[in-house]
Amino acid sequence: MVDDLIIGGEKFSSRLIMGTGGAPSLEILDAALAASGTELTTVAMRRLDPAARGSVLDVLRRRDIRVLPNTAGCFTAGEAVLTARLAREALETNWVKLEVIADERTLLPDPIETFDAAERLVADGFVVLPYIGDDPVLARRLEQAGCAAVMPLGAPIGSGLGIRNPHNIELIVEFASVPVILDAGIGTASDAALAMELGCDAVLLATAVTRARRPELMAQAMRSAVAAGRAARLAGRIPRRRYAEASSPLHR
Amino acid sequence: MNVTINGAAHELPAGATVAQAVQRLTGMRSGVAVAVNDEVVSRGAWEATALAEADRVEVLTAVQGG
Repeated sequence: MVDDLIIGGEKFSSRLIMGTGGAPSLEILDAALAASGTELTTVAMRRLDPAARGSVLDVLRRRDIRVLPNTAGCFTAGEAVLTARLAREALETNWVKLEVIADERTLLPDPIETFDAAERLVADGFVVLPYIGDDPVLARRLEQAGCAAVMPLGAPIGSGLGIRNPHNIELIVEFASVPVILDAGIGTASDAALAMELGCDAVLLATAVTRARRPELMAQAMRSAVAAGRAARLAGRIPRRRYAEASSPLHR
Repeated sequence: MNVTINGAAHELPAGATVAQAVQRLTGMRSGVAVAVNDEVVSRGAWEATALAEADRVEVLTAVQGG
C-alpha cells in the first residue's frame, strides 16, 4: 500500500522524522538514524567551532537523509528569522522547523513570537514547519498564515512524558488540512503509536532514541510503532463500550 | 582594523573581506553561512564584501540538535 507523507509538495515514505540532539557520538547517531528509516532529520545552527571533528551533515549526506534545519535556541521572531536565513544559505534548503522558545526551564514555544516569525518566513519563501503548544486555534491560524505543516508538542522537549492532552491533538488533526507532526514529549514506542492513532501524519523525536540505553534498538522500536499506529488509524479502531460484547456465540 | 568573529576579537588588515574573516576559522565553504551585523552575506558575495571597523561577523554551521 502506498501511503506517502507529503509536506510542501515533497513525498516521504517514512512518517518518522528524527532529531539529532543528544546522541553520545556521530557513530551512534548514524546507526540510530539508519535503524529508524527516517528520510527527514533536524539539525541546529551554531557558531562554527574550528576544533570540531566530523559533522552531522556528513552523516545525513551519506545516508541520503534530507536535512531540516531548526531555529532552536531562538527567543524572538527576529532571531529565528535570521537563523532560518543563515540555515538556508548554509544548507541550501528553504525548509525550516520554526522553534521560538519562551524560557529555558520549560522550553515551551512562545506562540506570539512563533506566529510573527512564521508570517515573515512564509513571505520570504520558506517552507515553514512551526513547533507549537497543543493549541488547536494557533495551529489553525498558522495554517492560514501559510505554514506547510504544524508541529504540536505532546509534552515539553526531552521530558518523555508522552502526549499530555490527546484530546487537543485530535482537535488539531480534525481541523488541519496540512500535515500534523507530533513533536516533543515522546518517551517510548507506545507514545509514538498513540500519536499516529490520534491521526497525526508523522512523529518527530530525538531524545527518546538518542538518550535511550540502546539508541539503535529504540530507533527500530519507534519505526515499528509509527508504522503500527498509522496502520491502526487507517484501519479504524472499534468503538469503546461500557459493557462486553461477546466475540463468540453465547448459546449452542 | 578590529572585528568580532563569533564573539572573539580579531585584528584584520584594513579593507579585509568577509572571505578573509571566514578563513580565520575554516577553509570550508559548503555548509557554512555568514552574517555581518545580523544581515546574511551570501557565499557568492564573500570576496566582494569588505568589512568595517567593529563589524560583528557570525560564521555558522549545522550541528546536532532538535
